[in-house]
Amino acid sequence: MSQETSAEQPAGSRLDPHLARYAQRTRSMTASEIRALFAVASRPEVVSLAGGMPNLAALPLDSLGEMLREMTATRGTVALQYGSGQGDERLREQICEVMALEGITAHPDDVVVTVGSQQALDLVARIFLDPADVVLAEAPSYVGALGTFAAYQARVVHVAMDADGLVPDALRATLASLAARGVHPKLLYTVPNHHNPMGVSLAAERRLEVLDIADRAGVLVLEDNPYGLLGFDGSTHRALRAEDARNVVYLGTFSKTFAPGLRVGWALAPHGVRERLVLASEASILCPSAFSQLVVSTYLDRTPWLEQVKSFREMYRERRDAMLESLAAVMPPGTRWTRPEGGFYVWLTLPDGLDSKALLPRAVSARVAYVPGTAFYADGTGGEAMRLSYCFPSPERIRDGVHRLAGAIQAETELVDTFGASGRGAPDATAPAPDTV
Amino acid sequence: MGHSYHSPSWAAGGDVAAGSDAMADRGRVLVLAGGLCHEREVSLRSGRRVAEALRARGVEVEVRDVDALLLPALRADPPWVVFPVLHGAVGEDGAVREVLESLGVPYVGAVPAAARLAFDKPTAKTLTGRVGLRSPRGVALPHQLFRELGAQVLMDALVDQMGLPLMVKPTRGGSALGASVVREPADLATAMMGCFAYSEVALVEQYITGTEVAVAVVDVGDGPVALPPIEIVPDAGVYDYHARYTAGATEFFVPQRRGPSVDEECRQVALTAHRTLGLRDVSRTDLIVDAAGMTWFLEANVAPGMTETSLLPMAAEAAGLDVGQLYLDLCRVAGSRRTTAAV
Repeated sequence: MSQETSAEQPAGSRLDPHLARYAQRTRSMTASEIRALFAVASRPEVVSLAGGMPNLAALPLDSLGEMLREMTATRGTVALQYGSGQGDERLREQICEVMALEGITAHPDDVVVTVGSQQALDLVARIFLDPADVVLAEAPSYVGALGTFAAYQARVVHVAMDADGLVPDALRATLASLAARGVHPKLLYTVPNHHNPMGVSLAAERRLEVLDIADRAGVLVLEDNPYGLLGFDGSTHRALRAEDARNVVYLGTFSKTFAPGLRVGWALAPHGVRERLVLASEASILCPSAFSQLVVSTYLDRTPWLEQVKSFREMYRERRDAMLESLAAVMPPGTRWTRPEGGFYVWLTLPDGLDSKALLPRAVSARVAYVPGTAFYADGTGGEAMRLSYCFPSPERIRDGVHRLAGAIQAETELVDTFGASGRGAPDATAPAPDTV
Repeated sequence: MGHSYHSPSWAAGGDVAAGSDAMADRGRVLVLAGGLCHEREVSLRSGRRVAEALRARGVEVEVRDVDALLLPALRADPPWVVFPVLHGAVGEDGAVREVLESLGVPYVGAVPAAARLAFDKPTAKTLTGRVGLRSPRGVALPHQLFRELGAQVLMDALVDQMGLPLMVKPTRGGSALGASVVREPADLATAMMGCFAYSEVALVEQYITGTEVAVAVVDVGDGPVALPPIEIVPDAGVYDYHARYTAGATEFFVPQRRGPSVDEECRQVALTAHRTLGLRDVSRTDLIVDAAGMTWFLEANVAPGMTETSLLPMAAEAAGLDVGQLYLDLCRVAGSRRTTAAV
């Protein structure tokens, strides 16, 4: 931009007097058009297939209210006091019982209670990652994890997935390729069950193989398992941690099986790792909420919580069915999608030449929202796909939303036909979208 | 500064709490923000800022979205004044203002017909061109035309006729959503598609290289006055959505650095645009000053952004004005229109 300037040079303003002080790691925290478009999704006219918000309609709020009242009356001074940095001992015992459902044998001493599993993710990143360290993650991967790794200035290298989850051969090839360049990843981050965003699970026959590859390469496995108990047929996959207690850090949460508002999650880690996680957590938050922990603990003790999980599963299955049926009925040729057996998400791949990020404004105009695939890749790729959540809207709304989306895809296809696929430029990196949109 | 505003009540740090102005004529202000448009987020942020600034002046403020509850609420409990801070279609194209007119509720800003003219960029260019404002050569082209004539042929013709670089933007809409600069012929298709994702009609203009300047115009009863022009220097070279709403991504200069004569010229362009388009109370005109010092009108905004990184509040501050007092004065002017009508 050419500028003929006057003799007197006034100082410019950047509106933020602290600009020069921000840490390098905040560089990726910027305004984005995609984020702005999600604001429209909060309007009731818009069917949001974007957010991964658990549907709490099935929770028995009256009896929960009574439970809370009694808890406050009888144990209020404990619930409202500081607690242990590692988390409430009774709750840690109960967490071990929950993990036993997925084949895990663990001692409460190795559990660290966290503010949702997102804080556990942050703590693991904090104690393991230096700037420029490499993390392996599935392609695509959970947006919140990518955001955490970016905050610690780590580099994410994606590893291919298919309908059976992470592809062992691709993992081997990626490790070999990195090793040839002298790069040794520190972590393999994986969501093996009902994957966010792909909706698929790691096949049983791949699990030991993936663990073996990681172990041989000296890469610690970070198993994130928020959806493990939400398999629609009621069965659970055996956790990776169940097979390997030495080289797996396991992250769990009550956000999907009970209530995300309580922000109670955990990490199960080998002894040495656990020590550092506790110290890092104390430095960060002092201790997790004693109140929230006591609520969860009382809930697990006093209610048939597995029956509640079953209600959740049935509700989500009904919504999954509505989505898959309407996708099959209305999506144009060339569109493909996964068929989840549990969890919250369908991963939809657009017909050739279409870009989900470019499509979003049109979709929002048509009153439907989703998360573009680019949000789930650290390198800005993934524009050919999108994540559709079926967890929150009613089945009728899901059908409406899918119809609207099909219309937007049809209109975008016409645009691509007019301008040619060359009109879709190179992918560019976008700030990850918030998962609670 | 040639055209600074002179009302003593505007001076920042004036008697705020006690309110040197008579409070009797003041009632509840309804700030309309949100809406179902692509710029909802920006509008919500603007609305919160306006509400905050008015409350700091002791005004009772309610912030509402434009939804099914709005009309019943307006009927049941009409506010003193409506302050629409809606961006994009419906908010800026005059539709909501039409409804407010029909209800007889006074509001800040342009009447519906003027809003319609200004919101449509090609129309605004034509009208301001008739009174001598220079604007980049451009054509408005619907998506359908590319289908009928063949996209490549039409794009080749655009590049041949207008040269490069080109600016492609939706004919209606703001915040640079769907807008992009095209520097290579191969990038035009991407820009057109990005634009058509937001709008059925695209405005393809010659891109004028120069200094980007924005001039807010306000009128609190004594005629339109141009606030100090602001020079905009985005780090990335383009004042896109990121540059607009990420604090620190753009450097602003007030006064702009092209000298007093350019300053005066920019103010005059903004005032001419404001008057020619029939705008009222408040507007913001975006323009480019090229290397030769010539000003180019780009567009006039009926509902300028009022977020923490927006240009209107910045210009007011540069003029030594308290934005809360400015917004209150705009409300008072709007409120007086009800009185006038009633008489």
